[in-house]
Amino acid sequence: MVEQVQSRIMGFIVSNYLFGDESRAPEPDESLLESGIVDSTGILELIQFLESDFALEVKDSETVPDNLGSVANLTRFVLERSPDAEPAS
Amino acid sequence: MTTEDSRFSAAALRIDAEQEATRISAVLTHYLARTRRRGAVVALSGGIDSSVVAALCVRAFGPDRVFGLHMPEKESSDDTLGFSRQVSDTLGIDSALEEISPILEAAGCYRRRDDAIRLVVPDYGPGYRSKIVLPSVVDSEAFRLYSVVVEAPDGTTTKHRLTTEAYLGIVAATNFKQRVRKMLEYHHADRLNYVATGTPNRLEYDQGFFVKLGDGAADVKPIAHLYKSQVYQLAEHLGVPADVRARPSTTDTYSLPQSQEEFYFSLPHERMDLCLYGKNNDVPVEQVAEAAGLTTEQVNRVYRDIDQKRSTTQYLHLPPVLGAAVPEVSHDLD
Repeated sequence: MVEQVQSRIMGFIVSNYLFGDESRAPEPDESLLESGIVDSTGILELIQFLESDFALEVKDSETVPDNLGSVANLTRFVLERSPDAEPAS
Repeated sequence: MTTEDSRFSAAALRIDAEQEATRISAVLTHYLARTRRRGAVVALSGGIDSSVVAALCVRAFGPDRVFGLHMPEKESSDDTLGFSRQVSDTLGIDSALEEISPILEAAGCYRRRDDAIRLVVPDYGPGYRSKIVLPSVVDSEAFRLYSVVVEAPDGTTTKHRLTTEAYLGIVAATNFKQRVRKMLEYHHADRLNYVATGTPNRLEYDQGFFVKLGDGAADVKPIAHLYKSQVYQLAEHLGVPADVRARPSTTDTYSLPQSQEEFYFSLPHERMDLCLYGKNNDVPVEQVAEAAGLTTEQVNRVYRDIDQKRSTTQYLHLPPVLGAAVPEVSHDLD
Protein backbone atom coordinates (compact mmCIF):
# COMPACT_ATOMS: atom_id res chain seq x y z
CA MET A 1 0.00 0.00 0.00
CA VAL A 2 2.82 2.41 0.90
CA GLU A 3 4.51 1.82 -2.42
CA GLN A 4 1.28 2.21 -4.33
CA VAL A 5 0.45 5.56 -2.70
CA GLN A 6 4.02 6.84 -3.03
CA SER A 7 4.14 5.85 -6.66
CA ARG A 8 0.87 7.65 -7.37
CA ILE A 9 2.13 10.83 -5.66
CA MET A 10 5.47 10.65 -7.45
CA GLY A 11 3.65 10.13 -10.74
CA PHE A 12 1.62 13.30 -10.17
CA ILE A 13 4.72 15.31 -9.29
CA VAL A 14 6.69 14.13 -12.31
CA SER A 15 3.83 14.66 -14.70
CA ASN A 16 2.41 17.93 -13.29
CA TYR A 17 5.54 19.83 -12.25
CA LEU A 18 8.36 18.26 -14.26
CA PHE A 19 6.66 17.68 -17.61
CA GLY A 20 7.43 13.98 -17.38
CA ASP A 21 11.18 14.42 -16.83
CA GLU A 22 11.81 11.49 -14.47
CA SER A 23 15.50 12.37 -14.20
CA ARG A 24 14.46 15.34 -12.04
CA ALA A 25 12.14 13.30 -9.81
CA PRO A 26 12.80 14.17 -6.15
CA GLU A 27 14.11 11.75 -3.56
CA PRO A 28 11.30 10.71 -1.19
CA ASP A 29 12.71 12.84 1.64
CA GLU A 30 13.70 15.83 -0.52
CA SER A 31 11.86 19.08 0.23
CA LEU A 32 9.58 19.87 -2.68
CA LEU A 33 9.72 23.58 -1.89
CA GLU A 34 13.44 23.94 -1.28
CA SER A 35 14.24 21.94 -4.41
CA GLY A 36 12.16 24.44 -6.38
CA ILE A 37 9.76 21.81 -7.72
CA VAL A 38 6.70 23.26 -6.01
CA ASP A 39 5.85 26.91 -5.33
CA SER A 40 2.83 28.50 -3.64
CA THR A 41 0.55 27.77 -6.60
CA GLY A 42 2.00 24.26 -6.73
CA ILE A 43 0.98 23.65 -3.12
CA LEU A 44 -2.61 24.52 -4.04
CA GLU A 45 -2.44 21.99 -6.89
CA LEU A 46 -0.96 19.39 -4.56
CA ILE A 47 -3.80 19.82 -2.07
CA GLN A 48 -6.33 19.57 -4.85
CA PHE A 49 -4.66 16.37 -6.06
CA LEU A 50 -4.85 14.82 -2.59
CA GLU A 51 -8.47 15.85 -2.17
CA SER A 52 -9.58 14.56 -5.55
CA ASP A 53 -7.42 11.46 -5.98
CA PHE A 54 -7.49 10.19 -2.39
CA ALA A 55 -10.86 11.66 -1.37
CA LEU A 56 -9.28 13.51 1.56
CA GLU A 57 -10.16 16.86 3.01
CA VAL A 58 -6.99 18.78 3.82
CA LYS A 59 -7.68 21.22 6.65
CA ASP A 60 -5.83 24.55 6.91
CA SER A 61 -4.10 23.33 10.07
CA GLU A 62 -2.73 20.34 8.16
CA THR A 63 -0.98 22.35 5.42
CA VAL A 64 2.46 22.08 7.05
CA PRO A 65 5.75 20.71 5.66
CA ASP A 66 5.49 17.69 7.99
CA ASN A 67 2.44 16.61 5.98
CA LEU A 68 2.97 18.05 2.51
CA GLY A 69 6.66 18.95 2.25
CA SER A 70 8.06 15.82 0.60
CA VAL A 71 6.90 12.68 -1.17
CA ALA A 72 7.58 10.63 1.98
CA ASN A 73 5.59 13.05 4.16
CA LEU A 74 2.74 13.14 1.66
CA THR A 75 2.63 9.35 1.56
CA ARG A 76 2.55 9.11 5.35
CA PHE A 77 -0.13 11.81 5.55
CA VAL A 78 -2.35 10.07 3.01
CA LEU A 79 -2.01 6.70 4.76
CA GLU A 80 -2.63 8.17 8.22
CA ARG A 81 -5.71 9.98 7.06
CA SER A 82 -7.01 7.16 4.95
CA PRO A 83 -5.34 3.82 5.79
CA ASP A 84 -7.22 2.03 3.03
CA ALA A 85 -6.34 4.68 0.48
CA GLU A 86 -6.98 3.40 -2.99
CA PRO A 87 -5.82 5.80 -5.64
CA ALA A 88 -8.73 6.67 -7.89
CA SER A 89 -6.88 5.60 -10.99
CA MET B 1 26.93 48.73 12.28
CA THR B 2 26.99 45.24 13.73
CA THR B 3 29.91 45.54 16.09
CA GLU B 4 29.45 44.99 19.81
CA ASP B 5 29.36 48.73 20.36
CA SER B 6 26.72 49.38 17.76
CA ARG B 7 23.80 46.98 17.56
CA PHE B 8 21.85 46.61 14.35
CA SER B 9 18.87 48.96 14.15
CA ALA B 10 16.82 51.01 11.71
CA ALA B 11 19.76 53.45 11.68
CA ALA B 12 21.46 51.05 9.24
CA LEU B 13 18.89 52.10 6.67
CA ARG B 14 19.61 55.82 6.93
CA ILE B 15 20.74 57.39 3.66
CA ASP B 16 22.10 60.76 2.65
CA ALA B 17 18.89 61.81 0.89
CA GLU B 18 20.41 64.75 -0.97
CA GLN B 19 23.30 62.70 -2.28
CA GLU B 20 21.00 59.84 -3.30
CA ALA B 21 18.55 62.16 -5.08
CA THR B 22 21.43 63.71 -6.99
CA ARG B 23 22.82 60.30 -7.95
CA ILE B 24 19.45 58.97 -9.16
CA SER B 25 18.81 62.17 -11.12
CA ALA B 26 22.09 61.67 -12.94
CA VAL B 27 21.12 58.07 -13.80
CA LEU B 28 17.78 59.28 -15.17
CA THR B 29 19.17 62.10 -17.28
CA HIS B 30 21.86 59.79 -18.66
CA TYR B 31 19.22 57.23 -19.66
CA LEU B 32 17.02 59.81 -21.36
CA ALA B 33 19.94 61.24 -23.27
CA ARG B 34 20.99 57.79 -24.49
CA THR B 35 17.47 56.79 -25.50
CA ARG B 36 16.66 60.19 -26.98
CA ARG B 37 13.49 60.69 -24.95
CA ARG B 38 12.38 64.07 -23.67
CA GLY B 39 10.80 63.44 -20.30
CA ALA B 40 8.92 60.92 -18.14
CA VAL B 41 5.37 59.74 -17.54
CA VAL B 42 4.55 58.81 -13.95
CA ALA B 43 1.35 57.04 -12.90
CA LEU B 44 0.36 58.70 -9.64
CA SER B 45 -1.47 56.49 -7.16
CA GLY B 46 -1.33 58.96 -4.30
CA GLY B 47 1.04 56.56 -2.54
CA ILE B 48 4.57 57.19 -1.39
CA ASP B 49 6.46 55.31 -4.13
CA SER B 50 4.94 56.97 -7.19
CA SER B 51 5.15 60.35 -5.46
CA VAL B 52 8.87 59.95 -4.87
CA VAL B 53 9.47 58.76 -8.44
CA ALA B 54 7.61 61.81 -9.74
CA ALA B 55 9.60 64.09 -7.45
CA LEU B 56 12.89 62.51 -8.61
CA CYS B 57 11.87 62.99 -12.25
CA VAL B 58 11.04 66.63 -11.57
CA ARG B 59 14.42 67.01 -9.94
CA ALA B 60 16.14 65.40 -12.94
CA PHE B 61 14.21 66.94 -15.84
CA GLY B 62 12.22 69.87 -14.42
CA PRO B 63 8.41 69.99 -13.96
CA ASP B 64 7.76 70.79 -17.62
CA ARG B 65 9.13 67.38 -18.69
CA VAL B 66 7.16 65.22 -16.28
CA PHE B 67 3.60 64.14 -17.03
CA GLY B 68 1.42 62.64 -14.29
CA LEU B 69 -1.47 60.26 -14.77
CA HIS B 70 -4.33 59.74 -12.33
CA MET B 71 -5.97 56.41 -13.11
CA PRO B 72 -8.60 55.46 -10.55
CA GLU B 73 -11.30 52.87 -11.21
CA LYS B 74 -14.60 52.20 -9.53
CA GLU B 75 -13.07 50.04 -6.78
CA SER B 76 -10.27 52.48 -5.88
CA SER B 77 -10.34 54.12 -2.46
CA ASP B 78 -12.39 57.31 -2.42
CA ASP B 79 -9.37 59.36 -1.37
CA THR B 80 -6.94 58.07 -4.04
CA LEU B 81 -7.59 60.85 -6.54
CA GLY B 82 -7.34 63.57 -3.90
CA PHE B 83 -3.90 62.38 -2.83
CA SER B 84 -2.56 61.97 -6.37
CA ARG B 85 -3.80 65.44 -7.35
CA GLN B 86 -2.14 66.86 -4.27
CA VAL B 87 1.15 65.38 -5.51
CA SER B 88 0.87 66.73 -9.06
CA ASP B 89 -0.17 70.16 -7.73
CA THR B 90 2.71 70.26 -5.26
CA LEU B 91 5.24 69.26 -7.91
CA GLY B 92 3.78 71.67 -10.44
CA ILE B 93 3.51 69.06 -13.20
CA ASP B 94 0.93 68.68 -15.95
CA SER B 95 -1.33 65.66 -15.49
CA ALA B 96 -4.43 63.96 -16.85
CA LEU B 97 -7.27 61.96 -15.37
CA GLU B 98 -7.90 58.60 -17.05
CA GLU B 99 -10.78 56.81 -15.34
CA ILE B 100 -10.11 53.21 -16.33
CA SER B 101 -13.37 51.51 -15.25
CA PRO B 102 -14.87 51.54 -18.80
CA ILE B 103 -11.79 49.81 -20.24
CA LEU B 104 -11.84 47.28 -17.39
CA GLU B 105 -15.55 46.65 -17.96
CA ALA B 106 -14.95 46.13 -21.68
CA ALA B 107 -12.08 43.71 -20.99
CA GLY B 108 -14.27 41.76 -18.57
CA CYS B 109 -12.03 42.42 -15.56
CA TYR B 110 -14.81 42.59 -12.95
CA ARG B 111 -16.94 39.84 -14.57
CA ARG B 112 -14.03 37.41 -14.87
CA ARG B 113 -12.94 38.15 -11.30
CA ASP B 114 -16.46 37.60 -9.94
CA ASP B 115 -16.83 34.37 -11.97
CA ALA B 116 -13.61 33.09 -10.38
CA ILE B 117 -14.78 34.01 -6.87
CA ARG B 118 -18.05 32.15 -7.50
CA LEU B 119 -16.02 28.95 -7.91
CA VAL B 120 -15.61 28.99 -4.12
CA VAL B 121 -18.44 31.37 -3.07
CA PRO B 122 -21.42 30.51 -5.31
CA ASP B 123 -23.60 33.36 -3.96
CA TYR B 124 -21.03 36.08 -4.78
CA GLY B 125 -22.54 38.84 -6.92
CA PRO B 126 -23.58 42.50 -7.07
CA GLY B 127 -23.27 44.30 -3.75
CA TYR B 128 -20.53 41.98 -2.50
CA ARG B 129 -16.97 43.09 -1.90
CA SER B 130 -13.82 40.99 -1.66
CA LYS B 131 -10.09 40.78 -1.23
CA ILE B 132 -7.44 38.06 -1.27
CA VAL B 133 -5.47 37.43 1.93
CA LEU B 134 -2.57 35.28 3.13
CA PRO B 135 -2.03 34.04 6.69
CA SER B 136 0.88 35.46 8.67
CA VAL B 137 4.22 33.81 8.06
CA VAL B 138 5.69 34.66 11.46
CA ASP B 139 3.24 32.69 13.59
CA SER B 140 3.24 29.27 11.96
CA GLU B 141 5.18 26.79 9.87
CA ALA B 142 2.11 26.15 7.72
CA PHE B 143 2.25 26.80 4.00
CA ARG B 144 0.68 30.12 3.18
CA LEU B 145 -2.48 29.45 1.23
CA TYR B 146 -4.48 32.22 -0.36
CA SER B 147 -8.04 32.81 0.80
CA VAL B 148 -10.71 35.17 -0.41
CA VAL B 149 -12.45 37.34 2.18
CA VAL B 150 -15.99 38.17 1.08
CA GLU B 151 -18.26 40.84 2.52
CA ALA B 152 -21.94 40.20 1.71
CA PRO B 153 -24.35 43.09 1.14
CA ASP B 154 -25.62 42.67 4.74
CA GLY B 155 -22.09 43.24 6.03
CA THR B 156 -21.40 39.61 6.94
CA THR B 157 -17.77 38.68 6.29
CA THR B 158 -16.61 35.16 5.49
CA LYS B 159 -13.25 33.68 4.49
CA HIS B 160 -12.79 30.84 1.99
CA ARG B 161 -9.64 28.98 0.97
CA LEU B 162 -9.08 29.25 -2.77
CA THR B 163 -8.69 26.43 -5.23
CA THR B 164 -5.96 26.73 -7.85
CA GLU B 165 -8.44 27.64 -10.56
CA ALA B 166 -10.18 30.27 -8.41
CA TYR B 167 -6.90 31.82 -7.20
CA LEU B 168 -5.36 32.03 -10.65
CA GLY B 169 -8.64 33.29 -12.12
CA ILE B 170 -8.97 36.10 -9.59
CA VAL B 171 -5.34 37.20 -10.01
CA ALA B 172 -5.49 36.98 -13.80
CA ALA B 173 -8.62 39.15 -13.84
CA THR B 174 -7.41 41.80 -11.39
CA ASN B 175 -4.08 42.01 -13.26
CA PHE B 176 -6.06 43.84 -15.96
CA LYS B 177 -5.96 46.86 -13.64
CA GLN B 178 -2.17 47.14 -13.66
CA ARG B 179 -1.92 46.29 -17.35
CA VAL B 180 -4.54 48.81 -18.45
CA ARG B 181 -2.77 51.50 -16.46
CA LYS B 182 0.55 50.62 -18.08
CA MET B 183 -1.04 50.64 -21.54
CA LEU B 184 -2.21 54.21 -20.93
CA GLU B 185 1.16 55.23 -19.52
CA TYR B 186 2.84 54.05 -22.70
CA HIS B 187 0.21 55.80 -24.81
CA HIS B 188 1.12 59.09 -23.19
CA ALA B 189 4.84 58.27 -23.24
CA ASP B 190 4.64 57.59 -27.00
CA ARG B 191 2.58 60.74 -27.59
CA LEU B 192 5.07 62.92 -25.73
CA ASN B 193 8.26 61.03 -26.69
CA TYR B 194 8.78 60.35 -22.97
CA VAL B 195 9.80 57.23 -21.04
CA ALA B 196 7.44 55.29 -18.81
CA THR B 197 8.50 54.97 -15.20
CA GLY B 198 8.13 52.05 -12.81
CA THR B 199 7.68 52.73 -9.13
CA PRO B 200 8.59 49.56 -7.20
CA ASN B 201 10.61 49.94 -4.04
CA ARG B 202 13.19 47.31 -3.10
CA LEU B 203 10.75 45.11 -1.15
CA GLU B 204 8.39 44.97 -4.11
CA TYR B 205 11.13 44.52 -6.70
CA ASP B 206 13.05 41.85 -4.78
CA GLN B 207 9.95 39.91 -3.78
CA GLY B 208 8.23 40.10 -7.17
CA PHE B 209 5.29 42.14 -5.96
CA PHE B 210 4.29 43.41 -9.39
CA VAL B 211 2.39 42.33 -12.45
CA LYS B 212 4.47 41.27 -15.44
CA LEU B 213 3.80 43.74 -18.26
CA GLY B 214 1.66 45.67 -15.81
CA ASP B 215 3.26 47.81 -13.14
CA GLY B 216 6.39 45.68 -13.70
CA ALA B 217 6.85 47.16 -17.17
CA ALA B 218 8.86 50.36 -17.37
CA ASP B 219 11.85 52.02 -18.98
CA VAL B 220 13.26 53.25 -15.68
CA LYS B 221 12.71 52.06 -12.09
CA PRO B 222 14.42 54.78 -10.09
CA ILE B 223 13.74 53.48 -6.55
CA ALA B 224 13.88 49.70 -7.06
CA HIS B 225 17.11 49.56 -5.03
CA LEU B 226 15.74 51.49 -2.04
CA TYR B 227 14.20 49.94 1.04
CA LYS B 228 10.78 51.34 1.87
CA SER B 229 12.02 53.37 4.83
CA GLN B 230 14.64 54.91 2.54
CA VAL B 231 11.86 55.89 0.13
CA TYR B 232 10.20 57.70 3.03
CA GLN B 233 13.46 59.52 3.75
CA LEU B 234 13.67 60.67 0.13
CA ALA B 235 9.99 61.67 0.21
CA GLU B 236 10.56 64.00 3.10
CA HIS B 237 13.69 65.44 1.54
CA LEU B 238 12.00 66.01 -1.83
CA GLY B 239 8.95 67.71 -0.33
CA VAL B 240 6.30 65.03 -0.92
CA PRO B 241 3.17 66.25 0.92
CA ALA B 242 2.95 65.15 4.57
CA ASP B 243 -0.54 63.69 4.02
CA VAL B 244 0.86 61.33 1.40
CA ARG B 245 3.78 60.35 3.63
CA ALA B 246 1.36 59.56 6.47
CA ARG B 247 -0.93 57.41 4.35
CA PRO B 248 -0.77 53.66 5.07
CA SER B 249 0.39 51.40 2.21
CA THR B 250 -2.48 49.79 0.35
CA THR B 251 -2.70 47.73 -2.80
CA ASP B 252 -5.87 49.59 -3.89
CA THR B 253 -6.60 46.64 -6.17
CA TYR B 254 -9.48 44.82 -4.50
CA SER B 255 -12.93 46.12 -3.55
CA LEU B 256 -12.31 45.57 0.18
CA PRO B 257 -9.44 47.56 1.70
CA GLN B 258 -6.31 45.41 1.68
CA SER B 259 -2.94 46.11 3.22
CA GLN B 260 0.23 44.91 1.50
CA GLU B 261 1.01 42.83 4.61
CA GLU B 262 -2.12 40.73 4.42
CA PHE B 263 -1.75 40.12 0.70
CA TYR B 264 1.92 39.63 0.20
CA PHE B 265 4.54 40.69 2.70
CA SER B 266 5.00 38.97 6.04
CA LEU B 267 5.36 42.08 8.13
CA PRO B 268 4.70 45.83 8.15
CA HIS B 269 7.30 47.52 5.99
CA GLU B 270 9.44 48.90 8.83
CA ARG B 271 10.11 45.37 10.11
CA MET B 272 10.23 43.83 6.65
CA ASP B 273 12.95 46.36 5.75
CA LEU B 274 15.00 45.27 8.76
CA CYS B 275 14.64 41.58 7.90
CA LEU B 276 15.48 42.01 4.21
CA TYR B 277 18.41 44.30 4.96
CA GLY B 278 19.65 41.94 7.66
CA LYS B 279 19.40 38.93 5.34
CA ASN B 280 21.09 40.74 2.44
CA ASN B 281 23.93 42.00 4.61
CA ASP B 282 24.54 38.92 6.79
CA VAL B 283 23.57 40.67 10.01
CA PRO B 284 23.40 38.07 12.83
CA VAL B 285 19.85 36.75 13.12
CA GLU B 286 19.76 37.55 16.84
CA GLN B 287 20.39 41.22 16.12
CA VAL B 288 17.76 41.33 13.37
CA ALA B 289 15.27 39.70 15.74
CA GLU B 290 15.97 42.23 18.45
CA ALA B 291 15.71 45.20 16.09
CA ALA B 292 12.48 43.93 14.50
CA GLY B 293 10.85 42.84 17.76
CA LEU B 294 10.69 39.20 16.65
CA THR B 295 12.07 35.90 17.88
CA THR B 296 14.97 34.34 15.97
CA GLU B 297 12.59 31.57 14.90
CA GLN B 298 10.22 34.15 13.43
CA VAL B 299 13.06 35.88 11.60
CA ASN B 300 14.11 32.55 10.13
CA ARG B 301 10.53 31.97 8.94
CA VAL B 302 10.56 35.40 7.27
CA TYR B 303 13.91 34.53 5.63
CA ARG B 304 12.46 31.30 4.25
CA ASP B 305 9.47 33.23 2.94
CA ILE B 306 11.81 35.74 1.26
CA ASP B 307 13.70 32.91 -0.44
CA GLN B 308 10.51 31.21 -1.51
CA LYS B 309 9.12 34.43 -3.04
CA ARG B 310 12.40 35.04 -4.88
CA SER B 311 12.16 31.56 -6.33
CA THR B 312 8.45 31.76 -7.16
CA THR B 313 8.69 35.17 -8.85
CA GLN B 314 11.97 34.66 -10.70
CA TYR B 315 9.96 34.28 -13.87
CA LEU B 316 8.64 37.84 -13.51
CA HIS B 317 12.16 39.22 -13.81
CA LEU B 318 13.33 37.10 -16.72
CA PRO B 319 13.55 38.57 -20.22
CA PRO B 320 11.85 36.55 -22.97
CA VAL B 321 13.84 33.48 -23.87
CA LEU B 322 14.91 33.20 -27.52
CA GLY B 323 15.22 30.01 -29.51
CA ALA B 324 18.83 31.03 -30.14
CA ALA B 325 20.95 34.11 -29.43
CA VAL B 326 20.76 37.14 -31.72
CA PRO B 327 24.15 38.72 -31.02
CA GLU B 328 23.65 41.68 -33.37
CA VAL B 329 21.05 43.16 -30.98
CA SER B 330 22.47 44.43 -27.72
CA HIS B 331 20.42 45.01 -24.60
CA ASP B 332 23.19 46.97 -22.94
CA LEU B 333 23.25 50.76 -22.87
CA ASP B 334 26.60 52.56 -22.53
